[in-house]
Amino acid sequence: MWIYLAKRTSLAVVIVIIAISLLYSMILMVPGDPTAVILGPRSTPEMREALRADMGLDRPAIVQVGSFILRVFKGDMGTDVFTNRPVSQIVFEQLPYTMILIFAGISWAIVLGIPLGCYSALNRNSFIDKLTGVFSVGTIAIPAFVIALYGLLIFAVHLQWLPAIGAGEEGDLVDQIKHLILPAFAIGLGWVGYLSRLVRASMLEVLGENHIRTARAFGLPEKLIVFRYALKLAILPTVALMGVGVGYLLSSSVFAEIVFARPGIGKLIYESVLTRNYPIIMGSVLITTIIFVLCTMMADIINAILDPRMRENL
Amino acid sequence: MTNSSHTNVLDIRNLSIEFSTNRGRLKALRDVTLTVPKQKIVGLVGESGCGKSTVIFSILNLMAENASITNGEVVFEGQDILKMSAQQLQSLRGDRISMVFQDPMTSLNPVLAIETQMIDIQYRSSANKEEKRKRAADMLDHVGIPDAIHRLKSYPHQFSGGMRQRISIAMALLAKPALLLADEPTTALDATLEAQIVHRLRQLQKDLACSILFVSHHLGLIAELCDQVVVMYAGEVVEAGDVRDIFHRAAHPYTQALLLCDPARIEEATRNLPTIPGDIPDLVNLPRGCIFQNRCSKKIKTCTTSSPPGYRISPTHTANCFLLAKGGDI
Amino acid sequence: METINTSTTRAKKSELYTFIARFTRDPMGLCGLILVVLMVLSAVFATWIIPYDPIALDILHRLEPPSIEHIMGTDQLGRDVFSRVIMGGRIALKVALISISVALSCGLLLGLIAGYGSPWVDRLMITFFDTIRSFPTIIFALAIVTLVGPSLNTIILVVIITTIPVYGRIVRAQAQSMKNNEFILAERAMGAGVPRILLVHMLPNIIGPLLIIASMDIPAVVTIEAGLSFLGVGIRPPTPSWGSILNDGYSFIRNTPWLIIAGGIPLILTTLGFTFLGESLRDIFDPKLRKDI
Repeated sequence: MWIYLAKRTSLAVVIVIIAISLLYSMILMVPGDPTAVILGPRSTPEMREALRADMGLDRPAIVQVGSFILRVFKGDMGTDVFTNRPVSQIVFEQLPYTMILIFAGISWAIVLGIPLGCYSALNRNSFIDKLTGVFSVGTIAIPAFVIALYGLLIFAVHLQWLPAIGAGEEGDLVDQIKHLILPAFAIGLGWVGYLSRLVRASMLEVLGENHIRTARAFGLPEKLIVFRYALKLAILPTVALMGVGVGYLLSSSVFAEIVFARPGIGKLIYESVLTRNYPIIMGSVLITTIIFVLCTMMADIINAILDPRMRENL
Repeated sequence: MTNSSHTNVLDIRNLSIEFSTNRGRLKALRDVTLTVPKQKIVGLVGESGCGKSTVIFSILNLMAENASITNGEVVFEGQDILKMSAQQLQSLRGDRISMVFQDPMTSLNPVLAIETQMIDIQYRSSANKEEKRKRAADMLDHVGIPDAIHRLKSYPHQFSGGMRQRISIAMALLAKPALLLADEPTTALDATLEAQIVHRLRQLQKDLACSILFVSHHLGLIAELCDQVVVMYAGEVVEAGDVRDIFHRAAHPYTQALLLCDPARIEEATRNLPTIPGDIPDLVNLPRGCIFQNRCSKKIKTCTTSSPPGYRISPTHTANCFLLAKGGDI
Repeated sequence: METINTSTTRAKKSELYTFIARFTRDPMGLCGLILVVLMVLSAVFATWIIPYDPIALDILHRLEPPSIEHIMGTDQLGRDVFSRVIMGGRIALKVALISISVALSCGLLLGLIAGYGSPWVDRLMITFFDTIRSFPTIIFALAIVTLVGPSLNTIILVVIITTIPVYGRIVRAQAQSMKNNEFILAERAMGAGVPRILLVHMLPNIIGPLLIIASMDIPAVVTIEAGLSFLGVGIRPPTPSWGSILNDGYSFIRNTPWLIIAGGIPLILTTLGFTFLGESLRDIFDPKLRKDI
């Protein structure tokens, strides 16, 4: 078990290191002067020279990448040239808002999706099953930002039931929840579909396997069979999926934050793209990537805890 | 063989089962009649695909979704299993009827420890968890799993195929059934282990005074263990009788051929092992006449036009072959 | 006993027949097919269908709701929304076809090399694939856009970079499982070179499922293009894209709902159509594909 943990963690670290290298190298790979990229078209030659010296752009590429990796591990992702604040500080300020949104999104997807999937598997070809089937495919297909826009249009602008802008008053929990509803709904809806389909398919497959027949042959109560013998096994692919889901949700949240004018990493990145503020973007990509890598790692580890067979192979 | 419910623990009468497949309806079992008397061991013999497993699963009513029972009854201790409610079935399974499965690799739940599974199946008992654990460990010990009490905490994939088979047997023995169904329980085991398991099963049968329906294609094993034998071919019972009737006075051409093909019987060293030429007929489009006709060396004209009924050769021995009617070559 | 020839031709004919029979029985698949055909035809014949020039301004008639002259109304510069929507389909299709075909070819090549080559080449490629897959797509796309500048080609580049690892992984898995197949070993024993084995023997077996998976990526690619255009980092105005129409709609949401409705509909229909079709095809050809990575 510990060997698996060590292996998995080191894999995660390797990926993060490669990611950091890649992001940094992209600056160097772009044709033209990297300092012009970072500072933008209105920078003066003196500013660019200063930045060049500061970033050590004269050193060989490998050295630059290496020293950057080291700095990132120390928590330093560079300084924002426009506000002179550390990039990491700026990004971490915005991170909680995005994480809350993602958490809300995935929570409601789980709460609705998994039971729906279970019910569909146990009551195959029932009306609810067929309805869920079409609905799932539909919601998976439709892009989250379109759902967000329509949601905004219908519920916020037209019906005015829910707020359209922002994250709500500081300290007012109810208000903040109200502001979370539409964005979380938009990014989570597709996942309700994914989860219910996956759980349904998984459960059906497991229920058809020989060991379930063994359990039935021993007269075990149906409830025990479903929850302990079938669900535990069927839920494993779901765990892996949710690890990957965080990555997608990070992307969807960019749109949700922009459509609903919420603070968060998405908004930060968007504004930085407009000003071509690459250090902030790099920092944001790094942090979101690290979160993604962590989440997939945790998903794999939880998977290994639940599935003893997994621990033997990476 | 008398059909009185006083002496039979299991009475299968005219059971016919069909499966719906892409190609049409597959008639897996046709008019199968078979009895298991109290406290006897009955062997069910036949090649792969003859329907042995289907019979076994019908006894527990655990068939696949595309199966339909078109005729017949499966009477256990006087009640028709096929007509029972889900509740009644559940109380029977693992209690009055117990089963050892054929495939050890997939018959155990992969994400639960052996301990959990063995304790779960004792759920009807009022003993506490510790006692149930002890019973499980004892039973594992009984079937030859070393260091049983610690190995309980392991998972199925950490055991070899042979050991998993032994665990399945142990699980079946935890109950005190009136009828034990054994679906090729020793196929995955080597000869010495096989002998041990057979010995234990015989012991168990005496201790519990239960009946065993033992499915196998290993003739030597059947000869050694069973009191009575039923021979199946392509979904039909072709012969049934006491073990001596079958092995010394086989009446149906299929049984005779089967015995001739048994490698254990060969006395001289040879390169060519005898086989029965031909293939099992298509069970979707059944041929007219006797099911064995296309592989039978003693075929006569009637065989191609109608199906032979069962002929009683002796009070304990019946076979479905027209040759018996004429009093011809047996 | 029939000869081998007749039984295989009979099998081929009945295979096509069963496929058509099964496909027509699935309402979702048929629905998807209709939507896809509609979308493709309208994109291909766009220039003949549109009633107005999609970039022609008409400020006097800005932000009008749907009417007989303008089925979907007009946008903030008076342009006919319906025409813009139809032309937008072209962009979507173009991005999808180009990026998926390039990503497919590269992913195929890399995946075959990874699957068939030596273990350390494999390890290297897999780690590389996994790293790219660890970047959240849109966020990564925005990073590239910042460096390279916004344009349609950037989007195509981004989609290609982020989808190559997905296909690469699938091909690699297939190649690895086939590597030890008996017929491959036989070929090697007969002295067949690596390129021949890869191209002549492995490729035909891998390409079928791969194509199905790739076709199911079309909605995702269309979504990325629309999303990036919505954020203003994709298609350069005044070229119409569904995403940019939605962007306009968002800016003017309090003036009129019609822009958002009009921009959303083609996206929804396209993604639904391809997804329904893809699901139906996958179910018919290989239900096992349900468990893709």
